[in-house]
Parts: sequence; structure tokens; C-alpha cells
Amino acid sequence: MAPTQPEIPGTPATDNLVEIRDVHYSVGNRPIFSGLTLSIPRGRITAVMGPSGTGKTTLLRLMTGQIRPDRGQILFDGLDVATLSRKELYELRLRMGMLFQNGALLTDTDVFENVAFPLREHTDLPDNLIRNIVLTKLQAVGLRGAAELMPSELSGGMARRVALARAMATDPEILIYDEPFTGLDPISMGMIVRLVRQMNYALGITSIVVSHDVEELSILADTSYIIAGGKVAAAGTFVELKDHNSEIVNQFMHGLADGPVAFHYPAPDYYEQLLTDKE
Amino acid sequence: MNLLRELLENLRQFVATIGATTLFLGRVLGQVPQALLRPGLIIDQIHNAGALSLVIIMTCGLFVGAVLGLQGYDLLQRFGSEDALGTAAALALVKELGPVVTALLFAGRAGTALASEIGLMRATDQLTAMEMMAVDPIRRVVAPRFLGGVIAMPLLTVIFIAVGIFGVQVVGVQMFGVDSASFWSQMRASVGVDDVTEGIVKGCVFGFACSLVAVYEGYTAIPTAEGVGRATTRTVVTSAVLTLILDYMLTALML
Repeated sequence: MAPTQPEIPGTPATDNLVEIRDVHYSVGNRPIFSGLTLSIPRGRITAVMGPSGTGKTTLLRLMTGQIRPDRGQILFDGLDVATLSRKELYELRLRMGMLFQNGALLTDTDVFENVAFPLREHTDLPDNLIRNIVLTKLQAVGLRGAAELMPSELSGGMARRVALARAMATDPEILIYDEPFTGLDPISMGMIVRLVRQMNYALGITSIVVSHDVEELSILADTSYIIAGGKVAAAGTFVELKDHNSEIVNQFMHGLADGPVAFHYPAPDYYEQLLTDKE
Repeated sequence: MNLLRELLENLRQFVATIGATTLFLGRVLGQVPQALLRPGLIIDQIHNAGALSLVIIMTCGLFVGAVLGLQGYDLLQRFGSEDALGTAAALALVKELGPVVTALLFAGRAGTALASEIGLMRATDQLTAMEMMAVDPIRRVVAPRFLGGVIAMPLLTVIFIAVGIFGVQVVGVQMFGVDSASFWSQMRASVGVDDVTEGIVKGCVFGFACSLVAVYEGYTAIPTAEGVGRATTRTVVTSAVLTLILDYMLTALML
């Protein structure tokens, strides 16, 4: 049975900032999505989860217009992302902020200039105003003191916090996080979780968090989707997903080795391969 | 049969690369007016491609000139025409050696730096991050670097030629005692505006070609360490081959 759109208290069913309708997307002959349908409610934190290789990052690339679907619609506030021109797409992206898995900071400028970058590119604000905005954003992520450091001098967690400050520099409507917890120590991870929550509710923005860190997302997300087999396998709150009767959802949520998602990549028989002389 | 298939595949790839490079060039040229509105970015790139290449250009210019002095003197003194050393060396440097050797050095120093820098920006998602911030990387990253290279190359060519002539003079006049007045006066009498124009035009064309190759290879590099390495190697090889082919065509055209 196809999963239904989760009901979120206080959010009208139609108030979705992003709607993905029956999206099909393949890389070569390998289908990534085959009829993916999901919605991102405005003003909420939505988690997109799934085993590695299910296309979570591809979904973000589709949503942001970096790639186009083979079929289906991706609507951002009613605009079909796939049909937009480059200029229209750039205008749309001014309403988005994206946190990359590795931070993607510009390596030839310091932390301050990294955060100032979108402001310098898109506004004619005077330097002193840009300075104040940058310092405010850096203060929010706890790195005002690191403004003069170069990206190479930052730890992974610090780089991601700087990237977060940069992503929110232009006060976007939606913040998209691609694997924000990967490789972080528990302190940095807790800090990022708190920051995402605080920013979402203090600034009234919409957040999409793509990750497979079930524990962190259980604290963070208002609603979650699990993607598997090119479709939404389950949707709902964490409590609902924990008790979901689907085998694949159960395997993912409880981290089970055995289940529909095989641990081993398809291969010939192990013993046979070991005993066979390689010619 | 396999060989034929391979040849056809290589031909198809070659045509595809020419097409992709032309489209890329169109995108870059389309962003040039926007890039010109930010002269600071272009000046930075002239510094990177030009000023930082000065030492290697001047050193090589000096020694190329010195070798030209040695070989030229050895040849000319057999005919008793040592006084023509200035003319012969200057024409060789202005019309051929200056632009060609500068382009080869430019490809090796600035071209590889450009390709690897842009390739690494691609590999570390910096270009994608720019696109997500609604900043066109062609306008912000590629066009200023391309323009920087195009402007720097002819300037480096002129410097190479000047230092090269100095090298010839050191060997010819200072070491072998060629008459200084004859050396300079014959050079001034024989090297015309057309010759200097030819050298500068070649410098501009080679600068355009080498800079385009470098930014294209960097921008389209496969985003891995190996991919960036290959793009850097391709930059040097393609630039060198292209420089020599263009040199032949320009020489034939301007004879």
C-alpha cells in the first residue's frame, strides 16, 4: 500500500513549500526513482532518510534544479523547477540555502568572506552592514571568534557551522541539509541539531534534512520519509515509523543486518571464489 | 575491425570535445561583460597568471636568448656576418621563439594552476555551492581567470622577448665582442612594426587558446583526485599541441 502524506498538527494539508509528484529519474540504465511522491510542509523540519545509495542526495539535486527528472513534477512554491530557465532557477535559489556534506567552503577566502560571499554577490549593502550581518550569523553558530581563520584551519564540525552561517546569510525561506551529521563528534552533532531546530522555529523557515542518522533525526524532525526502491517506503512521525509494519522500514529504523536491504553487494559464492584459482 | 572502431570512437570523441569547448567558450564570452564590471577579480587573476609567472618567463627568456646568441654567432661568423646577430636573434625572438616558448611555459605554469584550481573547486563542491547560492561559476570563477590569462599572455611574451634580446646581447656583444652599435642599429633597421605585430598577435592568440583549454579542462574535470590530475595533464598537452598548430597557421597567414 502506498504511504499517505503524514498529518502534521497545525499545518494545513495543502500548505506545502515543495511537492514532488510521480518523479522518475535514472542514471544510465539504473533507475533511481520510479514514481517518487512526497511533500515538504512549510515551516516544518522534514527528514528524508533511507539506506545508502537510495538517492537521498539525488533527491536534493532534483529539488534544487541541479538535475532534471526524466518524468514527473517538482514544484517549489507552485513553480515547476524542471521547466525553469537558468535565470529563473537562480532567482529561485535565492530563496534557498543549502548545507553541503563537506561544507563546500571557498578555500581561498577566510571564514568571514565565506559568509559574506552571497551578500557581496547579491546585494549592494555597504561594508559595515555586511560586517554586522556576517558577525551576527557567525555568533549564531558560535564562530564569531573564528572569522579570520581560513577553511583549512577549521575542524569538520566548525566548517559545517561556517557553511550553515553562509547558508542562512541571505535569510532563505528553506534550508536544505545534506548529511549534516556525518563524521561529527557528539558535541558538534548536538550543536548542529540544536542550531537546526532553533533556526527553523526562530526564523520560521522550512528545513529538509537528508540523513541516515536515525537517533538525531528522531529529536529533530517533525515528519520523516523513508525512501527505498525508488519510492517512499514510509512516511510519518518517528513514533509511527518505529512501529511501521514494512520489513524494509523496520530494518532501517532498528539497524538490522538481515532484511530486504542486503549487507553484501551481489557476488559469486564466497567459498567457491576463495577456492578457485585466479587465472 | 577493432582498430577501425577505435579510430571512429576517437574521432567521435574529438568532434564532441570540439563542440563542447565551443559551447563552453560561448558561455564564457557571454559572461565576459559581467566579469568586466568586477575589475578587481580580473586584476587578481592577471597577478596569478602573469606576475607569478614572471620569474620563470624571465629566466627562460634570458637563457633562450643566450643560447640563440651562441648558436647565432657560431653560424654567422662562418660567413663573416657577426654584425647581423642582433637582427637574426631579434627576428627569431619577436616572430617565433618569444610567443611560442612563452605559451609553452604559460601552459606549464599558469595553465596547470588554473585547471587544477578550478578542478579542485569542482571536486570539493565549491562550484556547486556557488550555483546553489545563485552565483554563476562561469561568471565568478571562469570568466575572470580566462580574461586574466588572455591579458597576461601577450604581456609575458613582450617581457620574454625583451629579456631574450638582452641575453643575446650579453653573449654576442659582451662575450664575443660583436660591435654594439652594429648590433642595435641593424636590429632597429630590420625589425619592423609588422614583425612586432606578428609576435603580439601570436601572443594574444596563444593566450586565448591556452587560457580556454585550462579553464575548460578544469571546469569539466571529473571530480576526483585522478580526474583533476588528468585534466591538468591534458591542459599541458593540448595547449602545447594547439600552440604549435596555431603557430604554423598564423605564420602561414602573416608571411
